[in-house]
Amino acid sequence: MKVLVAVKRVIDYNVKVRVKSDNSGVDLSNVKMAMNPFCEIAVEEAIRLKEAGIATEVIAVSLGVKACQEQLRTALALGADRAIHVESEEELESLNVAKLLAKVVEEEQPGIVILGKQAIDTDNNQTGQMLAALTGMAQGTFASKIDVQGDKALVTREVDGGLQTVELNMPIIATTDLRLNEPRYASLPNIMKAKRKPLAVKTIEELGVSIKAHTKLVAVTPPPERQGGIKVTDVAELVDKLKNEAKVI
Amino acid sequence: MSILVIAEHDNASIKSATLNTVTAALAIGGDVSVLVAGSDCQGAAAQAAKISGVSTVLVADNAAYQHQLAENMLPLIVEQAAGKTHILAPATTSGKNILPGVAALLDVAQISEIISVESADTFERPIYAGNAIAKVQSLDAVKVLTVRTTAFDEAALDGAASIETLSSVTDAGLSRFVGEEVAESERPELTAAKVIISGGRGMGNGENFSILEAVADKLGAAVGASRAAVDAGFVSNDMQVGQTGKIVAPDLYIAVGISGAIQHLAGMKDSKVIVAINKDEEAPIFSIADYGLVADLFEAVPELAAQL
Repeated sequence: MKVLVAVKRVIDYNVKVRVKSDNSGVDLSNVKMAMNPFCEIAVEEAIRLKEAGIATEVIAVSLGVKACQEQLRTALALGADRAIHVESEEELESLNVAKLLAKVVEEEQPGIVILGKQAIDTDNNQTGQMLAALTGMAQGTFASKIDVQGDKALVTREVDGGLQTVELNMPIIATTDLRLNEPRYASLPNIMKAKRKPLAVKTIEELGVSIKAHTKLVAVTPPPERQGGIKVTDVAELVDKLKNEAKVI
Repeated sequence: MSILVIAEHDNASIKSATLNTVTAALAIGGDVSVLVAGSDCQGAAAQAAKISGVSTVLVADNAAYQHQLAENMLPLIVEQAAGKTHILAPATTSGKNILPGVAALLDVAQISEIISVESADTFERPIYAGNAIAKVQSLDAVKVLTVRTTAFDEAALDGAASIETLSSVTDAGLSRFVGEEVAESERPELTAAKVIISGGRGMGNGENFSILEAVADKLGAAVGASRAAVDAGFVSNDMQVGQTGKIVAPDLYIAVGISGAIQHLAGMKDSKVIVAINKDEEAPIFSIADYGLVADLFEAVPELAAQL
């Protein structure tokens, strides 16, 4: 069984985000970029499925600018067997990403597709669910456990009230939540080896998928600043302020 | 405009997130219907009919919808989407699970976690963990939106909508509910609580959260945690407040032993009053707190419980 894992190149999660002065977006020039943290968890899970003998091949796929190949090499260094880069100079909306991924799924026929539940740039939390709808595959979103049992998979999901377990018919789409696993680091020898692993580059035209713009970004602005308040000297003063000034208790 | 709101409920009653979502729908304007899909969900349907501003409640009552599995909900919602201009769901784990697939099947975008309605096709939403606000215009005929519940007030419950029963049923047969582990608690849910007290890495371990519970008992508060506390294994993930956890906006938020990582602030900075208790006076949490107390939490928190 193949496992397809999608990875997104995003701003490094440690970088302080700055909105451009013309409100056209976020300033990404000379900013450190990295693999989206939820995608790291997805890659780790795919590799563990291979180590457990459930998956036979792990294929990493990324969509976007040429530099996405850096994140694909990272996935290869972590243990993916080969990579596919769908090249696009334009930023792709989630639905268009899902359509392109659906085409890759059709070509590769994976038993499991694993994606991060959301990317830390656009915070959309939707591509995996869209891919499930487009492919007609069952979905296990916000997964904290994936247990493949023959032609079924038990997926434990992080839901608002706690945990929910669903049984899904294979093949499935899974999206990762934080507690699914703890991603490993790539070793230097594996980073070197990754350079020789196969990485196929495809264009949107080659995939034969027609895409269009569904939204227009009107403006990006900084959030309203919250003003800091005062320091209180002790608990008694705190209780007094909450009772008599803020009137919240 | 004709708007469909997907209700979040537990079959017996409507979850408050549905009420916030209806308010967002009313801000768009037009006819608002609510879809209640569940099993033995007449209680929830009757309550939905009381939501002010709702004209029609559509009820799909069948075992296939008991746990609102996405695979079964999608065909139902897509069928009911005919003639609608907007489809809304709360940005809860349930809404987030279901609605993107609806958008994909309708071949339209989903605009996630809107925090304001600028016009019928333009909405604001936070990106980069709330470090930027994007104003987004939909170019699609049907707008599919999830709603950040803390950004909209709850609709009142003094309406009288008509109830329409839907007969079509789809069990896609792809997925089956196996079980759930719901955190049993006498306390209010985090996303609905008026007061929240949260602990961070400074708590040291899970047992120490009991001192927060003593304060929570006095205030009728929910207990939350930062991602650092969850990652350290102190408490379970359903307590996590932050970009990757729950987004909350209570009247009072007490952050204990929480440094104030961007990730955490994204989940609670819209709280009305923020209190921070931390022994590190340089902690970033103090820059957004209304009341800061630089103190050892193991002394200050029990003292707080005693004085309430």
